[in-house]
Amino acid sequence: MVDTTLTIGGRSFRSRLMVGTGKYRDNETMARAIAASGAEIVTVAVRRVNLDRTQEEGVLYHLDPQKYFLLANTAGCYNAQDAVRYARLAREAGFNEFIKLEVIGDQETLLPDVQGLLDATRTLVAEGFKVLAYTNEDLVTALRLEEAGCAAVMPLASPIGSGLGLLNPFGVRTIKARLKVPVVVDAGVGTASDACLTMEQGVDGILMNTALAAARDPVAMARAMGLAVEAGRGAYLAGRMPRREVAVPSSPLEGMLD
Amino acid sequence: MNETIDVTVNGEHRAVARGATLLELLESLALDPRTVVVEHNRAIVRRPSLGGVTVASGDAIELVHFVGGG
Repeated sequence: MVDTTLTIGGRSFRSRLMVGTGKYRDNETMARAIAASGAEIVTVAVRRVNLDRTQEEGVLYHLDPQKYFLLANTAGCYNAQDAVRYARLAREAGFNEFIKLEVIGDQETLLPDVQGLLDATRTLVAEGFKVLAYTNEDLVTALRLEEAGCAAVMPLASPIGSGLGLLNPFGVRTIKARLKVPVVVDAGVGTASDACLTMEQGVDGILMNTALAAARDPVAMARAMGLAVEAGRGAYLAGRMPRREVAVPSSPLEGMLD
Repeated sequence: MNETIDVTVNGEHRAVARGATLLELLESLALDPRTVVVEHNRAIVRRPSLGGVTVASGDAIELVHFVGGG
Protein backbone atom coordinates (compact mmCIF):
# COMPACT_ATOMS: atom_id res chain seq x y z
CA MET A 1 0.00 0.00 0.00
CA VAL A 2 1.34 3.40 -0.97
CA ASP A 3 1.54 5.91 1.87
CA THR A 4 1.15 9.66 1.61
CA THR A 5 4.04 11.94 2.48
CA LEU A 6 4.14 13.56 5.90
CA THR A 7 3.56 17.28 5.33
CA ILE A 8 3.76 19.79 8.18
CA GLY A 9 3.37 23.52 7.69
CA GLY A 10 3.60 23.16 3.92
CA ARG A 11 6.83 21.18 4.01
CA SER A 12 7.15 17.48 3.21
CA PHE A 13 9.35 15.09 5.15
CA ARG A 14 10.69 11.69 4.18
CA SER A 15 10.51 10.06 7.63
CA ARG A 16 7.71 9.81 10.18
CA LEU A 17 10.26 9.40 12.94
CA MET A 18 11.67 12.54 14.55
CA VAL A 19 14.46 12.40 17.09
CA GLY A 20 15.99 14.58 19.76
CA THR A 21 19.65 15.34 20.37
CA GLY A 22 19.71 15.43 24.18
CA LYS A 23 21.25 13.18 26.82
CA TYR A 24 23.57 11.13 24.59
CA ARG A 25 26.74 9.91 26.24
CA ASP A 26 28.79 11.62 23.54
CA ASN A 27 28.21 13.53 20.33
CA GLU A 28 29.61 10.83 18.07
CA THR A 29 27.04 8.31 19.38
CA MET A 30 24.33 10.92 18.88
CA ALA A 31 25.31 11.54 15.27
CA ARG A 32 25.48 7.81 14.49
CA ALA A 33 22.16 7.07 16.21
CA ILE A 34 20.38 9.87 14.35
CA ALA A 35 21.75 8.61 11.04
CA ALA A 36 20.65 5.04 11.89
CA SER A 37 17.13 6.19 12.79
CA GLY A 38 16.51 7.55 9.31
CA ALA A 39 14.94 10.65 10.84
CA GLU A 40 14.96 13.92 8.95
CA ILE A 41 13.52 16.19 11.63
CA VAL A 42 15.91 16.59 14.56
CA THR A 43 15.11 18.65 17.63
CA VAL A 44 17.48 21.00 19.45
CA ALA A 45 17.24 23.28 22.48
CA VAL A 46 18.21 26.94 22.92
CA ARG A 47 20.61 27.64 25.77
CA ARG A 48 23.24 30.11 26.87
CA VAL A 49 26.67 29.73 25.35
CA ASN A 50 29.10 28.57 28.00
CA LEU A 51 31.56 31.46 28.04
CA ASP A 52 34.32 29.39 29.60
CA ARG A 53 34.34 26.58 27.07
CA THR A 54 34.91 26.03 23.39
CA GLN A 55 32.24 26.19 20.72
CA GLU A 56 32.33 22.43 20.31
CA GLU A 57 29.48 22.07 22.77
CA GLY A 58 27.11 23.59 20.22
CA VAL A 59 25.09 20.84 18.59
CA LEU A 60 25.57 22.27 15.08
CA TYR A 61 29.22 21.37 15.40
CA HIS A 62 28.15 17.72 15.23
CA LEU A 63 25.06 17.77 12.99
CA ASP A 64 25.01 18.89 9.39
CA PRO A 65 22.14 21.38 9.07
CA GLN A 66 22.07 20.68 5.32
CA LYS A 67 21.25 17.05 6.01
CA TYR A 68 18.71 17.42 8.81
CA PHE A 69 15.74 19.66 9.39
CA LEU A 70 16.44 21.33 12.73
CA LEU A 71 13.38 21.79 14.89
CA ALA A 72 14.11 24.01 17.88
CA ASN A 73 12.13 23.54 21.07
CA THR A 74 11.17 25.75 24.00
CA ALA A 75 11.93 23.05 26.56
CA GLY A 76 12.32 24.32 30.09
CA CYS A 77 9.85 27.20 29.67
CA TYR A 78 7.15 27.46 32.32
CA ASN A 79 5.09 30.32 30.92
CA ALA A 80 3.99 31.66 27.57
CA GLN A 81 6.26 34.73 27.63
CA ASP A 82 9.40 32.68 28.18
CA ALA A 83 8.37 30.23 25.47
CA VAL A 84 7.82 33.08 23.01
CA ARG A 85 11.20 34.56 23.92
CA TYR A 86 12.97 31.24 23.32
CA ALA A 87 11.09 30.70 20.06
CA ARG A 88 12.23 34.09 18.74
CA LEU A 89 15.84 33.35 19.67
CA ALA A 90 15.53 29.92 18.03
CA ARG A 91 14.25 31.42 14.79
CA GLU A 92 17.21 33.77 14.77
CA ALA A 93 19.68 30.96 15.50
CA GLY A 94 18.11 28.50 13.14
CA PHE A 95 17.19 27.89 9.59
CA ASN A 96 13.40 27.83 9.60
CA GLU A 97 10.29 29.22 11.28
CA PHE A 98 9.24 25.91 12.83
CA ILE A 99 9.13 25.65 16.61
CA LYS A 100 8.34 22.73 18.89
CA LEU A 101 6.43 24.65 21.52
CA GLU A 102 6.60 23.44 25.09
CA VAL A 103 5.07 25.32 27.99
CA ILE A 104 5.53 23.14 31.03
CA GLY A 105 3.08 23.37 33.93
CA ASP A 106 4.56 21.01 36.50
CA GLN A 107 8.15 20.22 37.36
CA GLU A 108 7.49 16.72 38.63
CA THR A 109 5.61 15.37 35.60
CA LEU A 110 6.64 17.93 32.97
CA LEU A 111 3.02 17.94 31.88
CA PRO A 112 2.03 20.90 29.71
CA ASP A 113 0.35 24.10 30.90
CA VAL A 114 -2.37 24.10 28.27
CA GLN A 115 -3.50 27.69 28.87
CA GLY A 116 0.07 28.95 28.49
CA LEU A 117 0.46 26.74 25.44
CA LEU A 118 -2.60 28.27 23.76
CA ASP A 119 -1.48 31.81 24.61
CA ALA A 120 2.03 31.23 23.25
CA THR A 121 0.64 29.51 20.15
CA ARG A 122 -1.53 32.51 19.27
CA THR A 123 1.38 34.93 19.67
CA LEU A 124 3.79 32.81 17.64
CA VAL A 125 1.32 32.00 14.85
CA ALA A 126 0.67 35.75 14.49
CA GLU A 127 4.43 36.22 14.08
CA GLY A 128 4.57 33.67 11.27
CA PHE A 129 5.89 30.69 13.20
CA LYS A 130 4.92 27.14 12.28
CA VAL A 131 4.01 25.84 15.71
CA LEU A 132 4.19 22.16 16.68
CA ALA A 133 2.62 22.11 20.13
CA TYR A 134 3.57 19.55 22.78
CA THR A 135 0.34 18.80 24.63
CA ASN A 136 -1.40 16.11 26.62
CA GLU A 137 -3.90 13.63 25.19
CA ASP A 138 -6.89 15.88 25.86
CA LEU A 139 -9.06 16.23 22.75
CA VAL A 140 -10.48 19.65 23.58
CA THR A 141 -7.02 21.16 24.05
CA ALA A 142 -5.93 19.60 20.76
CA LEU A 143 -8.93 21.12 18.99
CA ARG A 144 -8.18 24.56 20.48
CA LEU A 145 -4.55 24.29 19.39
CA GLU A 146 -5.66 23.51 15.86
CA GLU A 147 -8.06 26.48 15.91
CA ALA A 148 -5.21 28.67 17.15
CA GLY A 149 -3.26 27.81 14.01
CA CYS A 150 -0.83 25.07 15.03
CA ALA A 151 0.95 23.36 12.13
CA ALA A 152 0.91 20.10 14.10
CA VAL A 153 -0.33 18.92 17.47
CA MET A 154 1.92 16.68 19.55
CA PRO A 155 0.13 14.71 22.25
CA LEU A 156 2.31 12.76 24.64
CA ALA A 157 2.42 8.97 24.86
CA SER A 158 3.48 9.30 28.52
CA PRO A 159 5.58 11.85 30.47
CA ILE A 160 8.82 13.13 28.93
CA GLY A 161 11.72 10.77 29.57
CA SER A 162 9.54 8.20 31.35
CA GLY A 163 9.67 5.43 28.74
CA LEU A 164 6.25 4.24 29.92
CA GLY A 165 4.93 3.86 26.38
CA LEU A 166 1.51 4.75 25.04
CA LEU A 167 -0.69 5.08 28.15
CA ASN A 168 -3.84 6.35 26.45
CA PRO A 169 -4.24 4.90 22.95
CA PHE A 170 -7.90 5.92 22.92
CA GLY A 171 -7.07 9.58 23.65
CA VAL A 172 -4.42 9.75 20.95
CA ARG A 173 -6.64 7.95 18.43
CA THR A 174 -9.49 10.32 19.17
CA ILE A 175 -7.27 13.37 18.61
CA LYS A 176 -6.06 11.91 15.32
CA ALA A 177 -9.62 11.21 14.21
CA ARG A 178 -10.78 14.76 14.88
CA LEU A 179 -7.88 16.97 13.76
CA LYS A 180 -7.02 17.99 10.22
CA VAL A 181 -3.45 19.04 11.01
CA PRO A 182 -0.84 16.31 11.51
CA VAL A 183 -0.74 14.59 14.90
CA VAL A 184 2.75 13.59 16.02
CA VAL A 185 3.12 11.74 19.31
CA ASP A 186 5.87 13.29 21.38
CA ALA A 187 7.45 11.82 24.50
CA GLY A 188 7.17 8.63 26.50
CA VAL A 189 7.99 5.98 23.92
CA GLY A 190 10.42 3.51 25.54
CA THR A 191 11.07 0.74 23.06
CA ALA A 192 10.21 -0.45 19.56
CA SER A 193 6.87 -2.05 20.48
CA ASP A 194 5.74 1.29 21.97
CA ALA A 195 6.60 3.04 18.71
CA CYS A 196 4.83 0.39 16.66
CA LEU A 197 1.69 0.47 18.81
CA THR A 198 1.67 4.27 18.68
CA MET A 199 1.89 4.35 14.88
CA GLU A 200 -0.86 1.71 14.69
CA GLN A 201 -3.23 4.33 16.15
CA GLY A 202 -2.95 6.15 12.83
CA VAL A 203 -0.92 9.14 14.00
CA ASP A 204 1.31 10.89 11.49
CA GLY A 205 4.61 10.46 13.28
CA ILE A 206 6.53 10.10 16.54
CA LEU A 207 9.17 12.24 18.19
CA MET A 208 11.48 10.54 20.66
CA ASN A 209 14.76 11.24 22.40
CA THR A 210 15.46 9.35 25.62
CA ALA A 211 14.41 5.98 24.14
CA LEU A 212 17.44 6.24 21.89
CA ALA A 213 19.86 8.16 24.10
CA ALA A 214 19.30 5.97 27.17
CA ALA A 215 19.32 2.61 25.35
CA ARG A 216 22.31 0.38 26.04
CA ASP A 217 23.13 0.64 22.35
CA PRO A 218 21.59 3.86 21.01
CA VAL A 219 22.58 3.19 17.39
CA ALA A 220 20.95 -0.27 17.37
CA MET A 221 17.86 1.10 19.10
CA ALA A 222 17.63 3.91 16.56
CA ARG A 223 17.58 1.36 13.75
CA ALA A 224 14.92 -0.69 15.59
CA MET A 225 12.79 2.42 16.11
CA GLY A 226 12.98 3.31 12.45
CA LEU A 227 11.72 -0.17 11.57
CA ALA A 228 9.03 -0.04 14.27
CA VAL A 229 7.66 3.26 13.00
CA GLU A 230 7.49 1.85 9.48
CA ALA A 231 5.93 -1.41 10.71
CA GLY A 232 3.31 0.37 12.79
CA ARG A 233 2.46 2.73 9.95
CA GLY A 234 2.23 -0.20 7.53
CA ALA A 235 -0.07 -2.15 9.86
CA TYR A 236 -2.31 0.90 10.32
CA LEU A 237 -2.61 1.35 6.55
CA ALA A 238 -3.19 -2.38 6.05
CA GLY A 239 -6.06 -2.41 8.55
CA ARG A 240 -5.93 -4.98 11.32
CA MET A 241 -8.34 -7.94 11.60
CA PRO A 242 -11.23 -7.60 14.02
CA ARG A 243 -10.69 -8.81 17.57
CA ARG A 244 -12.83 -11.84 18.53
CA GLU A 245 -13.41 -13.34 21.95
CA VAL A 246 -13.61 -16.85 20.43
CA ALA A 247 -11.18 -19.00 18.45
CA VAL A 248 -11.77 -19.42 14.72
CA PRO A 249 -9.83 -22.28 13.12
CA SER A 250 -7.44 -21.36 10.35
CA SER A 251 -7.47 -24.86 8.77
CA PRO A 252 -10.51 -26.41 6.98
CA LEU A 253 -12.98 -28.44 9.03
CA GLU A 254 -13.78 -30.53 5.93
CA GLY A 255 -11.56 -33.37 4.79
CA MET A 256 -10.79 -34.68 8.25
CA LEU A 257 -10.22 -38.48 8.50
CA ASP A 258 -12.90 -40.75 10.07
CA MET B 1 38.86 57.96 34.00
CA ASN B 2 37.11 54.61 34.03
CA GLU B 3 38.06 52.57 30.95
CA THR B 4 35.60 49.75 31.47
CA ILE B 5 31.90 49.45 32.18
CA ASP B 6 30.01 46.69 33.95
CA VAL B 7 27.51 44.62 32.00
CA THR B 8 25.81 41.28 32.56
CA VAL B 9 26.57 38.58 30.01
CA ASN B 10 24.66 35.31 30.37
CA GLY B 11 23.93 36.18 33.98
CA GLU B 12 27.56 36.93 34.85
CA HIS B 13 28.99 40.36 35.62
CA ARG B 14 31.68 41.31 33.15
CA ALA B 15 33.79 44.38 32.58
CA VAL B 16 33.93 45.52 28.97
CA ALA B 17 35.73 48.39 27.34
CA ARG B 18 33.78 51.63 27.30
CA GLY B 19 32.36 52.21 23.82
CA ALA B 20 32.58 48.55 22.82
CA THR B 21 30.03 47.26 20.34
CA LEU B 22 28.24 43.91 20.62
CA LEU B 23 30.47 42.61 17.83
CA GLU B 24 33.58 43.62 19.80
CA LEU B 25 32.13 41.95 22.89
CA LEU B 26 31.76 38.70 20.94
CA GLU B 27 35.31 39.03 19.65
CA SER B 28 36.61 39.57 23.16
CA LEU B 29 34.90 36.32 24.19
CA ALA B 30 36.33 34.48 21.15
CA LEU B 31 32.81 33.80 19.85
CA ASP B 32 32.00 33.58 16.15
CA PRO B 33 28.98 35.84 15.50
CA ARG B 34 27.67 33.28 13.00
CA THR B 35 27.24 30.69 15.75
CA VAL B 36 25.46 32.72 18.43
CA VAL B 37 22.31 34.77 18.74
CA VAL B 38 22.57 38.00 20.70
CA GLU B 39 19.80 39.36 22.88
CA HIS B 40 20.53 42.89 24.13
CA ASN B 41 18.25 44.11 26.94
CA ARG B 42 15.62 41.58 25.83
CA ALA B 43 15.73 42.58 22.15
CA ILE B 44 17.30 40.35 19.53
CA VAL B 45 20.08 42.07 17.59
CA ARG B 46 20.62 40.59 14.14
CA ARG B 47 24.10 39.75 12.94
CA PRO B 48 24.52 42.64 10.49
CA SER B 49 23.66 45.14 13.25
CA LEU B 50 26.05 43.81 15.91
CA GLY B 51 28.84 46.21 14.94
CA GLY B 52 26.52 49.21 15.23
CA VAL B 53 25.20 48.68 18.74
CA THR B 54 27.29 50.09 21.59
CA VAL B 55 27.11 48.43 24.98
CA ALA B 56 26.13 50.64 27.92
CA SER B 57 26.72 50.23 31.63
CA GLY B 58 24.21 47.87 33.24
CA ASP B 59 23.13 46.26 29.97
CA ALA B 60 21.94 42.67 30.06
CA ILE B 61 23.24 40.58 27.20
CA GLU B 62 22.33 36.99 26.45
CA LEU B 63 24.37 34.89 24.04
CA VAL B 64 22.62 31.68 23.03
CA HIS B 65 23.02 28.81 20.61
CA PHE B 66 21.57 25.36 19.92
CA VAL B 67 22.42 22.51 22.24
CA GLY B 68 21.21 18.93 22.41
CA GLY B 69 17.56 18.63 23.41
CA GLY B 70 14.39 16.67 22.83
